Amino acid sequence: MRYSGFRVMKEGFFGQKGWKPAWRDPDPKPEYDAVIIGGGGHGLATAYYLAKEHGLTNVAVLEKGYIGGGNVGRNTTIVRANYFLPGNSEFYSHSLKLWEGMEQDLNYNVMHSQRGLINLFHSDGQRDAFARRGNAMINQGDDAILLDTDGVRKILPYLDFENGRFPIYGGLYHPRGGTARHDAVAWGYARGADQRGVDIIQNCEVTGIDIEGGVVKGVQTTRGAIKARKVGIVVAGRSGQVAQMAGMRLPIESHVLQAFVTEGLKPVIDHVVSFGMGHFYISQSDKGGLVFGGDLDFYSSYAARGNLPMKEHVMDAAMTLMPMIGKARVLRSWGGIMDMTPDGSPIIDKTGTEGLFLDCGWCYGGFKAVPGSGFSFAHLMATGRHHEPAAGFRLDRFRDGVGLMDEEGTGSQHNLH
Amino acid sequence: MRITCPNCGERDRREFYYQGDALALTRPAPDAGPHAWDDYLHNRDNPAGDTRDLWFHEAGCGAWIVVSRNTVTHAIDDTHLAATVKR
Amino acid sequence: MRLQDPQNTVSFTFDGQRYRGVPGEPVAAALLAAGVRLVARSFKYHRPRGIMSAGSEEQNALVTVGRGPQADPNVRATVLEVSEGLEVFSQNAWPSLKHDAMAVNDLMSPFLGAGFYYKTFMWPKPFWEKLYEPVIRRAAGLGGLSGKANEDRYEKAFAFCDVLIIGAGPAGLMAALTAGRAGADVILADEDTAMGGRLLREVEDVDGQPGPDWAAETIAALSAMDNVRLMTRTTVTGAHDQGTYGALERIAGPRRAGKPLECFWRIVAKRSILCAGALERPIAFPNNDRPGIMMASAVRSYVNRWNVAPGKAMTIFGNNDDAHRTARDLVAAGVKVAALIDCRDDVQVDGDFPVYTGAQVVATKGRHALERITISHAGGTRDIRTDCLAMSGGWNPTVHLTCHMNGRPIWQADIASFVPTPGNVPGMVTAGACNGAFSTAACLKEGAEVAAEVATGLGLKPKVTVPAADDSAYRISPLWAVPGQGRKWIDFQNDVHVKDIKLAAQENFRSVEHMKRYTTQGMAPDQGKSSNVVALAVLADATGRGIPETGTTTFRPPFVPVAIAAMGAGSQGKGFAPERLTTSHRASVARGAPMIEAGLWYRPSYFPQQGETHWRQSCDREVRYVRNAVGVCDVSTLGKIDIQGPGAAALLDFVYTNTFSTLKVGRTRYGLMLREDGHVMDDGTTARLGEQHYVMTTTTAAAGQVMRHLEFTLQVLRPDLNARIMSVTEQWAQFAVAGPRSRDLLNSVLDDQIVDADWPFMACGAVDVAGVQGRLFRISFSGEHAYELAVPARYGDSLFRLLTAQAESYGGGAYGMEALNVLRIEKGFITHAEIHGRTTAFDIGMDRMISRKKDCIGQTAAARPGLIDDDREQLVGLKAVGAVKQLTAGAHLFAQDAAPERVNGQGYTTSVAYSPTLQTGLALGFLKRGSARHGEVVRMVDHLRQIEAMVEVCDPVFFDPEGGRARG
Repeated sequence: MRYSGFRVMKEGFFGQKGWKPAWRDPDPKPEYDAVIIGGGGHGLATAYYLAKEHGLTNVAVLEKGYIGGGNVGRNTTIVRANYFLPGNSEFYSHSLKLWEGMEQDLNYNVMHSQRGLINLFHSDGQRDAFARRGNAMINQGDDAILLDTDGVRKILPYLDFENGRFPIYGGLYHPRGGTARHDAVAWGYARGADQRGVDIIQNCEVTGIDIEGGVVKGVQTTRGAIKARKVGIVVAGRSGQVAQMAGMRLPIESHVLQAFVTEGLKPVIDHVVSFGMGHFYISQSDKGGLVFGGDLDFYSSYAARGNLPMKEHVMDAAMTLMPMIGKARVLRSWGGIMDMTPDGSPIIDKTGTEGLFLDCGWCYGGFKAVPGSGFSFAHLMATGRHHEPAAGFRLDRFRDGVGLMDEEGTGSQHNLH
Repeated sequence: MRITCPNCGERDRREFYYQGDALALTRPAPDAGPHAWDDYLHNRDNPAGDTRDLWFHEAGCGAWIVVSRNTVTHAIDDTHLAATVKR
Repeated sequence: MRLQDPQNTVSFTFDGQRYRGVPGEPVAAALLAAGVRLVARSFKYHRPRGIMSAGSEEQNALVTVGRGPQADPNVRATVLEVSEGLEVFSQNAWPSLKHDAMAVNDLMSPFLGAGFYYKTFMWPKPFWEKLYEPVIRRAAGLGGLSGKANEDRYEKAFAFCDVLIIGAGPAGLMAALTAGRAGADVILADEDTAMGGRLLREVEDVDGQPGPDWAAETIAALSAMDNVRLMTRTTVTGAHDQGTYGALERIAGPRRAGKPLECFWRIVAKRSILCAGALERPIAFPNNDRPGIMMASAVRSYVNRWNVAPGKAMTIFGNNDDAHRTARDLVAAGVKVAALIDCRDDVQVDGDFPVYTGAQVVATKGRHALERITISHAGGTRDIRTDCLAMSGGWNPTVHLTCHMNGRPIWQADIASFVPTPGNVPGMVTAGACNGAFSTAACLKEGAEVAAEVATGLGLKPKVTVPAADDSAYRISPLWAVPGQGRKWIDFQNDVHVKDIKLAAQENFRSVEHMKRYTTQGMAPDQGKSSNVVALAVLADATGRGIPETGTTTFRPPFVPVAIAAMGAGSQGKGFAPERLTTSHRASVARGAPMIEAGLWYRPSYFPQQGETHWRQSCDREVRYVRNAVGVCDVSTLGKIDIQGPGAAALLDFVYTNTFSTLKVGRTRYGLMLREDGHVMDDGTTARLGEQHYVMTTTTAAAGQVMRHLEFTLQVLRPDLNARIMSVTEQWAQFAVAGPRSRDLLNSVLDDQIVDADWPFMACGAVDVAGVQGRLFRISFSGEHAYELAVPARYGDSLFRLLTAQAESYGGGAYGMEALNVLRIEKGFITHAEIHGRTTAFDIGMDRMISRKKDCIGQTAAARPGLIDDDREQLVGLKAVGAVKQLTAGAHLFAQDAAPERVNGQGYTTSVAYSPTLQTGLALGFLKRGSARHGEVVRMVDHLRQIEAMVEVCDPVFFDPEGGRARG
């Protein structure tokens, strides 16, 4: 079923009776060409691109809960391509291009809104670091503008330029950065994959990975055994547990990251604003809620909830940066499980087991990577070769130290990225 | 979140710095080989359940502490000074 | 309509209209008393809405209070206290509440069903940002922020107790009484302005006296106990780990300058008892959202507590016995009951009013206020004139806090509701209505008994005595949605109705989480407190599942919305982070130096002199001071760590790549420190003051990190080393005295003269300065003959003034960060611009400093192939050689003829300066295979600033490469 304004009108006249399920709920078949473990954004996108780009449609996505229930449904919805290290730069650039065509491609309005992102800086040294980043973005063919204080004041007049603890020296403006409706991304990919024949199987937890002679044969699930020639693990914060089923120990520690939304308010923040000194970033949703977040709680956790010190720190940062939002009330806070790697950059790679592939380590930057990750992982699973823009995301880079992508420069302590 | 420092007693989490898995206690020999060092520096059991990790009572007595903790419930079983665990 | 004439009233305004109210009563009560029905517009369809509840769960009556920076949007009129001069405004309506242009959305509603926006607005592509989204955004939100910086004061505080009791209704009061009498430290918190809970709102006797009287007596008894703290207007907002709770207190009384509006509490409790009561839920019947349709419990609250009748001809619609109680109370108060409609067939109601059993409300009329309802019963349909309909769909125990740590509630069929799962929050137990015990007697009993258990667990000896009270059973026959035509609202705030939920199910958004996210059910400011269970029931019905199988969404903190200003209290302006000031701060400010942030510190940028109009003039002059005479600079912000003990030398050998055990006493050495992953962590000099005594300096930025690292090394990796460390950064004021005349200057202030023979380059030792014991280090970050002189911090101010005055007499003076930066770039000395966390010793040409004779942190990982690859970018100096002389930091480097694109990237610049010494622009940077490319010309491109220059690659030490000036 194709979605359109015309169809919305028509269904409006006929009591919405004609809408079909956005995806089917099939029972798992005994065998697939490929099985994706994990029905989050990355897993669903992988299935979609396997079908669309590689004609691989005998594919199942196995999700232990409901699709889109992990990090794709609990993030601050920021979409950007402002990385500066080779390996990341080309990947996120490619991912942003996929975003820019996503709605027409999926026939689903994910409300990708390129409202512009501003990373503020607060010292000469930070300006230099952001200049390096901005120049790298332009080298990559993306967009970046270096703003001075007045330039920032013009577009973000509500920041505290006079009394804030860290004076605003300027900002790196990324006009193509923005936000999207996070749930819709998962649903759009699910619907697109389903329409191409992919089986999306919810409430189906993988309990084992069958390997014989170094070759993957399938998976054990709570809904029975499923054979598969290829298996992709795309389970974010749960990567450690699932990889363990294949005897792997990953360079990943799972951490909790909190996010917040306020009650609905008339529009006051038209961009995405990021305040590095306070680890604070904010945008306002189309529904009116201020959506914002901060840093990790810093302890390893699978609880998907956080504690007061980081909540307060985030509010503290908001108050010093933009005291005009003081009277906005926080409506809800939640936590996601972040698969943190030692350099803060992800892994898209083969494993020691033939036919078993790994897509993980997105730390807390996975949302914007959804299309790129799905595209590149599908490419790897289908062809056995790395997709060029994701070729740097090797699993063995930590052991040999070649091609580390430590954007934060904090080194091999997982929670510092 | 409250953590019991073996020196100072129960304190708010915000007094502590978190480092990571307590495997940091068992530093390999310089010649242990790349796999041993990869395991030490990067690879983690990352359990969903009981774990042992290292915290630093930075805004307190300055003790490094081994905390036995559950990563799913955040329950804390016990805490010991890293220096005593090591010895 | 008021049931009693109030004794004193004050005036307030709503949308400019003046009303009178009783001080302390909710604005909602005063508006109802004045006959105001229409108070708000709904979010999506701008439907006219009235007051629905009498508490913080209010869905409709959200208002903005005050003007200008004080304007406070989305305040619940049901908890907002009336005060003199209060200005209240309606929201989400234009041009007026009565005539709201956006109400056109309601007419369009057939096309605007759940999730319609996912299916359209995709063509043409650029229209999303340019047309569709701006239109949608304009309709967003309810209230609006003022756009002005907050001017009000908020606070944060900690509190500790044995037992935190959440909610002061009958259960909470009994719990507090029992625990308090047993001797426990108790905090009793309640979000209302007065304690008593439903005892203040129902007509019931406790212990033979009216409920409010018993409550008052109990509160008086509690107030008399030193170990009990009563906190009214305090909502416990979240349950967190190890017994930590968040709570928001609205400070009582009128607004006054300097007085906080709210306080955010962090309460640490050994145990907690949740006595949060229950919330009544609506019934979904057609057009159940008209102003005048409200919760039955709210009607009783207004009648019994505030002496306000919300209508003149009341009707009541319910599926449980509380409907009858409502009719009874109304009659007792002298309010006309036009009809009682009970959906159950088998109920007996006695009263002097029409009763319809087995009946349902199937239609309502009245545009801005309810005028009429239509009921359907065995005898057919019937119209009833009414201006207020009280509805009761049963009660939902307030289980929210028990779910804040991921626990789920369990379904209890006999009360058709969810109750807490015991143990969901460690240390928390539940009592009373929030536990599913709905009679007053049961609440009193549970409160006492649960508190007794808790007190016993704390080692106390409680006694349980329970007063007598009403113990009638709660009987309910579930009724979620009335069949029939018309929109039946469930989530009033987000305008979600029964059909939306059915549509979600039809489109396979069958998981309760999908339904929520697709329809936005429960995502409005009330977070579905009243409506979620109804929505679940409708979804369960639509998907052919039971309610327990359908499950619930997750309740998350905060229980009620909390202002960012409250949780972020104290951080506005400079309060966000500590400000660290050096001892020379005042003197520097007095000299007009702009102070800039260096981490948490402030340091002088430069010291302007008369006639200088640009910072570069000052900077160049200060550089010349150092190169030609003598300059003085406060370097106290560098981390200083005192290291003592027999194991001190071995510790340093282990944390530095190079060796310190061989350092002679009275000498200083540059040290390079790696992280265990082989990258550079920090650098600095360490002085050996005694056989077992060293003083390490770190960079300003890494002082804390290095301290932690040393403690980690000592306690975690090498507890065998007998050494102790102590940060002494704050204890010593330290000044660089640099330049050809530095020795002369020192000799003018030291008690004993120094000579080069005793004080060669890198010497250190004790000196006396004007009778004060200090330390002198002959080290240089400028490349000149230089010293750093340290004195106890209390002498810092006077020493700085003395040194700068003396320096001026030698033709020099103070220099700031700008000059310091130029001096170090001329010498190729690195800072964290170069050692930015990705740099290896190899990259900065210091790999030979990694001693192979010993193990050190980072040694093994630094030998990984990727960290010593010849292809890595290495530190170089860069000099402008083309027409463009301006160099910029953060620019990228390319081969001369290569396009400036990522694939051609060869490196980047990190630090730039104009060198007055060499009279040219200089840069430090990293270039692929850079150390082998000295002499080569490469292209520097800064797209952002549109600067492109040809630069010659050279050694990073631009000035005095032999180092003779520092040593001489």
